Amino acid sequence: MSTLPQSLANPTRFMAFSAWVLPWLAAAACVLLTIGLYMSFTAPLDYQQGHAAKIMFVHVPTAWLSMFGYALVAFSSFGLLVFRHPLADVSAKAAAPIGAVFTLLCLLTGSLWGKPMWGAFWVWDPRLTSVLILFLLYIGLIALRSSIEDETLAAKLTAVLSLVGIVILPVIKFSVEWNSLHQPASVMRLGAPTIHPSLLWPLLVMAIAMSVLFLALYLKAMRNEVLRRRLKALHAHQVRASVELARQPAG
Amino acid sequence: MDLGPHAAYIWSAYAAVGIGLAVLIIWLVYDGRRQQRLIDELEARGVRRRSGQPECE
Repeated sequence: MSTLPQSLANPTRFMAFSAWVLPWLAAAACVLLTIGLYMSFTAPLDYQQGHAAKIMFVHVPTAWLSMFGYALVAFSSFGLLVFRHPLADVSAKAAAPIGAVFTLLCLLTGSLWGKPMWGAFWVWDPRLTSVLILFLLYIGLIALRSSIEDETLAAKLTAVLSLVGIVILPVIKFSVEWNSLHQPASVMRLGAPTIHPSLLWPLLVMAIAMSVLFLALYLKAMRNEVLRRRLKALHAHQVRASVELARQPAG
Repeated sequence: MDLGPHAAYIWSAYAAVGIGLAVLIIWLVYDGRRQQRLIDELEARGVRRRSGQPECE
C-alpha cells in the first residue's frame, strides 16, 4: 500500500488530485478568514496594548507560516537530494516565493506593531534580525535558481543551500531568549499558553485560516510549475521534430 | 470603528497583509492561465508529448 506522497509522485495524478482539492481549500480559507477577521475586530482590548494588540492576529500567523514555508522548502530539498521524488523540486520551487511573501508580511506587520509599542519601526534585535535573515535566505534561493540555466543543477544547488539555511529556524525560535526586546513565546511553549482565551481563539482561527490559504497557494504554485515543465517538454519535442524534419532528404 | 490612537498602524498592518496576499493570488492565477494557454496553443498546432516522457526532473 503506497503513502499519499508516493501515490502523488506521478505529476498527472498530482494534477488531478490538486484540481479536485484546490477549490475546497480556497473556499475553506475564505470562510475561515471571514470568521477570523470578525473575531479579531470584536476581540476585547488587551489590558496593556489596547487596540494595537489586534496586529497580533495577522503578525503571528504570518510569522509561523514564514518558518513553516522554509521548513517545507528544506523538507522538499531533502526529498530531492535523498529520495529523488519527482515532485520534490516542484514543491521546493513553489514554496519559496510564497514563504518569502509571508516573511515580508511578518516583517511589515511587526514594524507596524513595533512603532506604537517600542517607539521604533525597526531595532537590530535578535528576533527581528534573524527573521530578516530568513527573508534574505528566501531571496537567495529564488535568485540562485533563476541565475542557473541548467534546471537540474539549479535544483540541486538550491536544495543544498536550503538545507544549510535550515539552521535559521532554531535561531529564530530561541532568539527571544537572547536579551531580546521581542516578547517570548506565549502560544507554542512548554506549558499552557499565556494569552487569555478571549484573544487566543481569534489568533488560532486566523492561524488556521492563513494556514489553509498558504496550502491552497502552495498547491496552485505547484500546479503552475508542473504546467511550466510540461510546456518546456512540448517545446523540446517541437524542436526535435523540426530538426528531424530538416534532416530528411528532399523528395 | 474606533481603534484608538494607534488606528493608523492597525489598519496599515491589515492592509499590508490584504494587499500582499491579493498580489500573490493574482500572480499565481495569471501565471497558471498563461502556462495553460501556451500549452493549448502548442497542442493546437499538433505538438504532443510522447507517452511516458518525464514531465519533472
